[in-house]
Amino acid sequence: MSARYSVTTRTPASTGALIAALALVVLLALAPLYASRGLIQDLFFILTMLTLAQFWNLLAGYGGLVSVGQQAFVGIGAYALYGVVILGGVDPVPAILLGGVAALVLAIPTAFFAFRLQGAYFAIGTWVIAEIARLGVAQWRSVGGGTGTSLPRDALGDMMLVEGIAALFDVRASAARDILAYWLALALAAGTIAGIYALLRTRRGLALAAVRDNTEAARSVGVDAGRMKWLVFLTAAFGTGLAGGLIYLQKARISPDAAFSVTDWTAYVIFIVVIGCIGTIEGPIIGVLVFFLLQSLLADYGSWYLMLLGLIGIAVMLFAPRGLWGLISEKTGLQLFPIRRRLVGGVLTSKEG
Amino acid sequence: MLALSHVSKSFGSLKVTDDVTFEVPAGQALGIIGPNGAGKSTLFNLITGNLMPDAGSIRFDGRDVTRMPAMRRCLDGVGRSFQIPQPFQKLTVFENLLVAATHGQAASEAAVTDLCAEVLDRTGLLRKANTVAGTLSLLERKRLELARAMATGPKLLLLDEIAGGLTEGECQALVQTIRDIHAEGVTIIWIEHVLHALNSVVERLLVLDFGRVIGIGAPAEIMASKEVREIYLGIDV
Repeated sequence: MSARYSVTTRTPASTGALIAALALVVLLALAPLYASRGLIQDLFFILTMLTLAQFWNLLAGYGGLVSVGQQAFVGIGAYALYGVVILGGVDPVPAILLGGVAALVLAIPTAFFAFRLQGAYFAIGTWVIAEIARLGVAQWRSVGGGTGTSLPRDALGDMMLVEGIAALFDVRASAARDILAYWLALALAAGTIAGIYALLRTRRGLALAAVRDNTEAARSVGVDAGRMKWLVFLTAAFGTGLAGGLIYLQKARISPDAAFSVTDWTAYVIFIVVIGCIGTIEGPIIGVLVFFLLQSLLADYGSWYLMLLGLIGIAVMLFAPRGLWGLISEKTGLQLFPIRRRLVGGVLTSKEG
Repeated sequence: MLALSHVSKSFGSLKVTDDVTFEVPAGQALGIIGPNGAGKSTLFNLITGNLMPDAGSIRFDGRDVTRMPAMRRCLDGVGRSFQIPQPFQKLTVFENLLVAATHGQAASEAAVTDLCAEVLDRTGLLRKANTVAGTLSLLERKRLELARAMATGPKLLLLDEIAGGLTEGECQALVQTIRDIHAEGVTIIWIEHVLHALNSVVERLLVLDFGRVIGIGAPAEIMASKEVREIYLGIDV
């Protein structure tokens, strides 16, 4: 045993993927130079849904916590932003951070109750808590109660950076606000992916996979399973709250039914993760693109659209249970964000034997 | 090293561990035998903290660990294998050990890589290092149980039926591996039905039946006792 061993996660595709990802982020950051306002708004939608999908994937795909109540954190993040902007006169851009903090605060009692429940009961429990949050917020008169409210005109007008962006691109303030929201969404999505990838590559990330595969055995090898669940749940809540604040900053209009919608902020998100490939970073990226295409193609067909979405979801689960990315990576062995630690060196790489 | 004092555990009205008291001095190897359903694995789960006793106390390394969770006991030096292998299915064999070594010993991945490779080599799994654990055969899974327990760097190693189903040659190799671990000063408690393997390693045997300690002592002495032969071996004497 004189041979030295080492660990590597690199795959042939991963270095190329890293360069391509960085180039893509730069290309997207420059989008206001060449893209129409409509495209910017579409990209904003894709990036925010991608962020929500990555956090749900962290919860369910890596943490084994199948939550159906993530709309609680979208809603509370959005309402916290409206609250501090309307009542406190805070600039909407830093208020996004407070949206994340509000979601984090809500996540603590939520986890306290929901962690007592297992499997399907956990899912239902998170949903119930989200409904309680929706009903609670609907009682909040100063942000419009059950009917909702809009962001005040002067708060939007005085928003930081908007004037500069309007001058830079020679556009009106409303278009400049879209550009600002889009840049924030890009930063949030890129930061989310980079952050989750970094987490998965630490020994905590490895422990997360162990807890998901077998909690009892993980405890027996010294993994603090309870702490891993808290870490994942709170991280996902914070990120989801940030996304919620940003989404409703861009919409500039809010109501409890929309902000706490289980369809918009959890069902669609689960669809994205499941058809993409749960438990991978690549999956939600593919999933959100497919979801956006379907939505654009079928937008005129009303409820047929939802039925078709359901059918596609069922078909993917039956015929490609590992999702579209699962199919691709099985066929090609491709891993763009590899986390598999391979032991190399010694007899493993020597020719003899 | 380990001391159990009047430990009891019931599942409903069924008493699976009944007033168990024994000690294992540091560096000793103790074998546990008993018929199926005697409560051997339950006793392990109580020692490791996967189960909490209803009564009695457990001391490990001079400290009362009766209420301490499994995770903490592992950090303090209790390593275990499961009777029914519990691998981390989607991780590779190497990653299974890496989780155990980085968390059980609170060390970085780089610091434990060579250790993991060495353990894989000793347990005959080195060539399977980068294989996903869910695809292993039952024998390989049993070896992985031993390897993963070793990777946590235990002072006390609990082995639960790891020799069953092995060929004579494989069994010899396993016995040698466990002897080597023992020779390095690790205290061992081993539940095993393959008696010749067990008796070639342990210094003392403990017999369990219906959750009670029937006898404890030198292997030859225990195997010769009338009570043990009746209860455990089912032989009318």
